[in-house]
Amino acid sequence: MEHPLLTLADIRKSFGGVRALERACLELPRGAITALIGENGAGKSTLVKILSGIHQPDSGEISFDGTAVRIATPQAARALGIGVVHQECLAFDNLSVAENLFVNSQPTKAGLVNWPELRARAKTILRELQADFDGDVPAGRLSIAQKHVMQIARALTHESRVLIFDEPTASLSQRECTELFRIMRALRDSGCALLFISHKFEEIFELADRYAVFRDGVSVSAGRVSDVTSDELISLMVGRPVSQLFPKAEIRPGAELLRVEHLSRDGEFDDVSFGLRAGEIVGLYGLVGAGRTELAQVLFGIHPPTSGAFALAAGTSGLALVPEDRQGQGTVQPFSVAANIALPNLARLAPRGWCNAALESGLAREWIGRLGIKARGPDQPVHQLSGGNQQKVVIAKWLARNPGILILDEPTKGIDVGAKAAVHAVTTEFARAGGAVLMISSDLPEIIGMSDRVLVMRCGKIRGQFTRAQATSESLLRAASDA
Amino acid sequence: MNAARSRISDSARRDLAFAALTLVLFLAVTWAFPGFATPRSVAGLLDDTAILIMLALGQMLVIMARGIDLSLAANLALCGMMAALFNRAWPDAGVAPVLALSLIAGGLLGACNGLLVWKLRLPPIVVTLGTMSIYRGTIYLLSGGEWVNENEMSRDFLAFPRGELLGISALSWISLAVAAAFGFVMQRSKTARDLHAAGGNPEAANYSGIDPGRMQFLAYTTCGAIAGVCGYLWVSRFAVAYTDIALGFELSVIAACLIGGVAISGGAGTAAGVVLGCLFIGIIRSSLPLVGISAFWQMFINGAVILVAVLLSARQRQFKRTILEARA
Amino acid sequence: MKATTFLRWEAMLAAVLIAAFIVFSMLSPYFLSVDTLSDATFNFTERAIVALPLALLIIAGEIDISVAAIIALASVAMGLGSAQGIGSAGLVVIGLGTGLLAGCINGALVTIGRVPSIVATIGTMTLFRGAAYAVLGDRVLKDYPASFATFGQGYLIGPVSIELTLFTLFAILFGVFLHRTRWGRVTFAVGANPVASRYSGIAVNRYRFALFALTGLFSGVAAVLLTSRLGSTRPSIAQGWELEIISMVILGGVSVWGGKGSILGVVLAALVFGLTTFGLGLMNIPGIVLSIFTGLLLILVVAVPALVSRR
Repeated sequence: MEHPLLTLADIRKSFGGVRALERACLELPRGAITALIGENGAGKSTLVKILSGIHQPDSGEISFDGTAVRIATPQAARALGIGVVHQECLAFDNLSVAENLFVNSQPTKAGLVNWPELRARAKTILRELQADFDGDVPAGRLSIAQKHVMQIARALTHESRVLIFDEPTASLSQRECTELFRIMRALRDSGCALLFISHKFEEIFELADRYAVFRDGVSVSAGRVSDVTSDELISLMVGRPVSQLFPKAEIRPGAELLRVEHLSRDGEFDDVSFGLRAGEIVGLYGLVGAGRTELAQVLFGIHPPTSGAFALAAGTSGLALVPEDRQGQGTVQPFSVAANIALPNLARLAPRGWCNAALESGLAREWIGRLGIKARGPDQPVHQLSGGNQQKVVIAKWLARNPGILILDEPTKGIDVGAKAAVHAVTTEFARAGGAVLMISSDLPEIIGMSDRVLVMRCGKIRGQFTRAQATSESLLRAASDA
Repeated sequence: MNAARSRISDSARRDLAFAALTLVLFLAVTWAFPGFATPRSVAGLLDDTAILIMLALGQMLVIMARGIDLSLAANLALCGMMAALFNRAWPDAGVAPVLALSLIAGGLLGACNGLLVWKLRLPPIVVTLGTMSIYRGTIYLLSGGEWVNENEMSRDFLAFPRGELLGISALSWISLAVAAAFGFVMQRSKTARDLHAAGGNPEAANYSGIDPGRMQFLAYTTCGAIAGVCGYLWVSRFAVAYTDIALGFELSVIAACLIGGVAISGGAGTAAGVVLGCLFIGIIRSSLPLVGISAFWQMFINGAVILVAVLLSARQRQFKRTILEARA
Repeated sequence: MKATTFLRWEAMLAAVLIAAFIVFSMLSPYFLSVDTLSDATFNFTERAIVALPLALLIIAGEIDISVAAIIALASVAMGLGSAQGIGSAGLVVIGLGTGLLAGCINGALVTIGRVPSIVATIGTMTLFRGAAYAVLGDRVLKDYPASFATFGQGYLIGPVSIELTLFTLFAILFGVFLHRTRWGRVTFAVGANPVASRYSGIAVNRYRFALFALTGLFSGVAAVLLTSRLGSTRPSIAQGWELEIISMVILGGVSVWGGKGSILGVVLAALVFGLTTFGLGLMNIPGIVLSIFTGLLLILVVAVPALVSRR
């Protein structure tokens, strides 16, 4: 048995203080499709970025065809023969398909592009892939599915032997998926090693030969797909006992504070209806691309819906959103803790326009105490704080406004256990005081532990509603991933 | 699915539509003023537009690379003055050294812009605003505020752009040659294709090993070199060199680019489109006196053209699913 | 908004100001008289008045290079009004109104039209200046009522001109606005991170629009003062001022990337600029050579921090 084409051993990678990969191992044999499985945050994208040459591992070994290698840049990855089909297409919309395939690697003669050869080679590759578009079409006109095929074609121009597909079917129709799988099988049969990241179990069992499961940055298990069932995969993915890690208090829900009726936004989510009651924590679970964040953005008012409506009950004092990206959306990094907390509260802190440094400091100190924010003081710039503490600042600034409804989008992503617990405690406190919470999370134990009810979204629609008793990892994951 | 099969690219489609529009404009003016379409008049139109065409082609490269060059006219004026002073000092040297001097000087001036934008990543607007006044002021330093007049220019110096072939001036031929060269290079040269890629998607270009900053540097240097040569041509054509020549002309150049289909967001633009844009503006400029509108309306029209072009372009731009794009 | 970097730049500017003062008084015997210095202020007050709102705009992450063209447009409007017999008060209204309207056009292009402010204001710069040329051609408008001249040429107390008084007043107002009020805080937030500002419930586009309108309005103020001082309007009035005004702002420590800056810095920069140009003028150095300094200064001010941060 020949050795695998690509092997990763004991890869470690951290960003800031957060460990993304720890003792990660992976083997990609030739002529096989390996599915990489894991929850959001399990380390899959980091692994892909390391293989693409975008990030460097802190430690560990990568071997290609038996030889140890270092993949320092995307160029190096391509030179080795590793091709990646990313989720978001890095395509040049202003160039033709044929040209996209050969960017910075065109066949040339004396500095001039040899167009006939370029077009001929593009034609050959596209024909091999049985693509339904030809090389002269401007890439901007292709659909996402077609752009994926174009990316595969580009990978093939470098005679890639390892092809990585990062959630390629996220926005594809059934027919487009079938077409993509046909191409992938053909590539496998020609001896390539394929790595395929997906959450959809039906696809995994239909397409993959082998599997590798990651959990919290560690490789947990690997083997042949034929030797395992989907239930076993799910329990490998989830792993932890869902116990009383979270302070779940029994709160009787009160009046309805938010009513959402048939809310839709073209291309993002469709016909969403639900209600939020005072004292309730409703979990919103789903996989990448399900439309949860987009829903939250519409509720907060960033974008208008295309149809449907939602309304806050009379007397409810506003809806707050703690966004997913705490550095880009949640905080103004150069500002101090106090300035960040003050930002949505300026009308209250400075009613006649005059900023009052003492008031702001006081408010900041209050929340530093209540949430246990580890900062030197209210004047410390927020970018110096750890992820968990920055998240506490974002939560503080909205809680200071006393909203009736709080939407949290992945509130504990990438933060340490202690900060997680604090966030959960605050959320429970908020509900106890009569607020309604919509918690968007991809962390199953968190959702199950915190929520009174769980809504599951998939492809823009609500696919399931689970009571606290009904919500198990298996049932939620199944509802979120069945194609 | 059918759209994906279509062979005509968006830019070719746009250029065709714009060519039709320009033709319609030309015909309209000719219908109102038959004298407009005589060979003499058309040759005059080409001659008037020649320098604008060359400058706009250079500016096109810069805009495609996601930059902008406001120092274009100042560069032209400075090189023009250098050419005139050189010629005054060595009138027997002939035209070739003058051309070489203008080309190299212009290229160096452009390269200064390019280096600041590439290596220090300074915003192009600030850089070229600064170099614009540095270059303009330097003209004064070189010339002491004095003019170089026709009688101080050698015969060769003046004759070069005026020579006629088939009724069309050498200047027009030069601009047509430059336009043709651009058309060829933009399609065939690997570096030019890399420029297209870098302007279209700088992030993806980086992943493919293309340095978008370096592309900008090359664009600015080329643009500067063209501006330099046009400096000599301008000074020769108008037979005078002084500090304020071509003052504000960069705005006409930008207007011509924008109306010629060069997207302000980068990555898109064709030589044909730019030439058409210049002709369009040239036709309007030439027809103003015929209609009785004073030439003073030219700048206003340029401004209107720029605004219409950018408004249309902003509406067409596809928005990714980000909330706001951080500006500046 | 660290206090230490805040003071470092302003302190440096203050040092440069003092140095310039000393150098010029040594170079020219005329320099150190109250009358001369009072004359010197006219050199920068009008530009500096526009630099104040422009600083806010740049801190908010936008730019407006049409300010000089707005001045020209407003001046032409006033000249036309005056030719119709409108009195000084009415002329001021016309001037301010034209500026405000022009600013609103810029604001609409950027917020509603979604045109990047660089390109939008290149377009309006051409449009507005073009309108001035189209209307006036090579004419000059000179029929201003006698009382109109007071704004630009008058003195409040002794050697302190009305222009200087207005500038001081505006500087204080803008300083308080930017550094002490919540709207000033929002300006910094929008420049530092417009997305996070939007997610904090701030109506970012409304702020942007207001800042463009404000810049237009104060360009109108500058137009009133300048026209009143010159007593005439040419379409080339304030030609090249956009460079100088932007230079004042950048020299004042306002970051081109937005989110950082102070009014004190802009005021000091205006003083340095005004003093230097006046001093050089006394030494008979022509304006166009001064523009070399301005250009160099502009580039240096942005290049040096970039160089330093690269190490």
